[in-house]
Amino acid sequence: MSFGGTLREGVAHVVLAATAAVSIAAVALICVFLFANGIPGIAQIGLPDFLFGMTWRPGNDIYGIFPMIVGSVYVTAGAIVVGVPAGILCAIFLSRFASGRIASLMTPCIELLAGISSVVFGFFGLVVIVPLIRAMHPGSGLSLLAAALILGFMILPTIITVARNSLDAVPASYYEGSLALGATHERSVFRVLVPAAASGIIAGIVLGVCRAIGETMAVVMVAGNQVLIPSSIFDGVRTMTANIVLEMGYAAGLHREALIATGVVLFVFVLVLTLVVNTIKKRGEAR
Amino acid sequence: MTWYVSNPATLRKVTLGPASDDSGRFEAPAHTTSALALRGLVYVAAFVVMMAFLLIMGYVLANGLPALTPDLFAWEYTSANVSLMPALVNTLLMAFLSLLLAVPIGVGAAIYLVEYAKRGSRFVALVRMTAETLQGIPSIIYGLFGLLFFVSMLHWGLSLLSGACTLAIMVLPIVMRTSEEALLAVPDSYRQGSFGLGAGRLRTVLRCVLPSALPGITGGVILSLGRCVGEVAALIFTAGSIAAIPDFAGQGIFALFDSARTLAVHMYVLASEGFHIQEAYATALVLLVLVALLNAGASALTKRLRKDN
Repeated sequence: MSFGGTLREGVAHVVLAATAAVSIAAVALICVFLFANGIPGIAQIGLPDFLFGMTWRPGNDIYGIFPMIVGSVYVTAGAIVVGVPAGILCAIFLSRFASGRIASLMTPCIELLAGISSVVFGFFGLVVIVPLIRAMHPGSGLSLLAAALILGFMILPTIITVARNSLDAVPASYYEGSLALGATHERSVFRVLVPAAASGIIAGIVLGVCRAIGETMAVVMVAGNQVLIPSSIFDGVRTMTANIVLEMGYAAGLHREALIATGVVLFVFVLVLTLVVNTIKKRGEAR
Repeated sequence: MTWYVSNPATLRKVTLGPASDDSGRFEAPAHTTSALALRGLVYVAAFVVMMAFLLIMGYVLANGLPALTPDLFAWEYTSANVSLMPALVNTLLMAFLSLLLAVPIGVGAAIYLVEYAKRGSRFVALVRMTAETLQGIPSIIYGLFGLLFFVSMLHWGLSLLSGACTLAIMVLPIVMRTSEEALLAVPDSYRQGSFGLGAGRLRTVLRCVLPSALPGITGGVILSLGRCVGEVAALIFTAGSIAAIPDFAGQGIFALFDSARTLAVHMYVLASEGFHIQEAYATALVLLVLVALLNAGASALTKRLRKDN
């Protein structure tokens, strides 16, 4: 190889390595900027007061985000109750019950569902689900229930796609072996295939949780956003994401830092969830 | 023929016969109540998911189509006529700019990971870990970061450029992952053939591997495009919500520093103000159609990829 060739190879290698390093730099920058701007605020408010404070009153410089942490957890739990059973069963249907034609008809629909903007979901919730809830129960209808329904619907494609892929990846011999032992199709699917695909299915659920806890626009539009721990599913609720998006536009000083700190808490939640997904995936691969 | 198969739990009847479907595979018939119940549950779930999907599609179509008037495509946005045209153009500009940044970097990173890096190196592990982390970060966090870094620290203000850079980081892991998959799907014999003819690594990648991975990479690009089109939370504090097309003719390149409202942000503003619900329906429909077109393009490409291999 000529000298010019090796030089070009060397340059290409360095440039490509640099592009690969961009994602490292991006994560580092995001961490540095979030923490550098959020931690001073937390320090000034005091970590226990910030995390466990029940009152959020920026006008009086009182910043407690506990109701919003609870709000995020409630809304996410609601989304799991709504979305996970339907999602997993639908994945099982697509992987093991549907005929080829029905599966190839449903798959593009699921993909389209995954691509729909969260504002469209939020708007649908606002004009359809909220009035329905208002008719069922006195109040505005903007509620934990509305947010959970919409979010449960939104995490469906994530759960279905991941769970289906892991069900499809189970070796055919497992299923055939189960049938040969006299189990029915249903029993083979639920007792053999689902446990074999468990790590993938759980990874799908955690990814769905990740999406639910970080979802912002759809929740803001339907959840009511009161800073109170809800006492029923018909009460309004404010999530951490909603808190940021509602007040960041006009916040200044400590208020702004408290909102960035809310982002830091959310970020830590998501990092932990990502770690969980990776551990599950690694364990699945190891097996 | 009827056999009785003993089983630790129950003694059940299993009928062996021709498979019930025409795929030729053996299938034991379902005839215990629990099996029927499970089958029913699975069918009901699939039905409910499809019904919910059709409901949202039908609702947006039924309300959006009548609201879709020619006025909505006027070039100027005014308070009397909340035209979606500027937002539509801004969406295309924003998506184009962010992909201009994300695609070269993402594809380059994928080439490095697949073709250049040593397996199991610590750098590769770190790149993969950070890419997975990026993929899990919610868009509101990207929005906060964009606000702190591009808007405030770099003094780019609420602008097309700040928004595009924020979106570029957001879609980078999608481009990386899909490009990596596309490159991995290229058979090794292509590379061996090219090396055998005396080509270097770079030439092999550019002339042999990349062209055959192109449909897969394009599929990933389209996916990212969809994400850019639908994004709100990452843009509302980075690109702002001025409903006008940046004036590239008058300001040249400095128009990049103008605030630009995209279609999804437009939709959010309309829906939360609550004065223009008809227009919001129409915008929702346009957003849906855009995403559907992008998905159709992506799946056509994947099909071609499968046929080629």
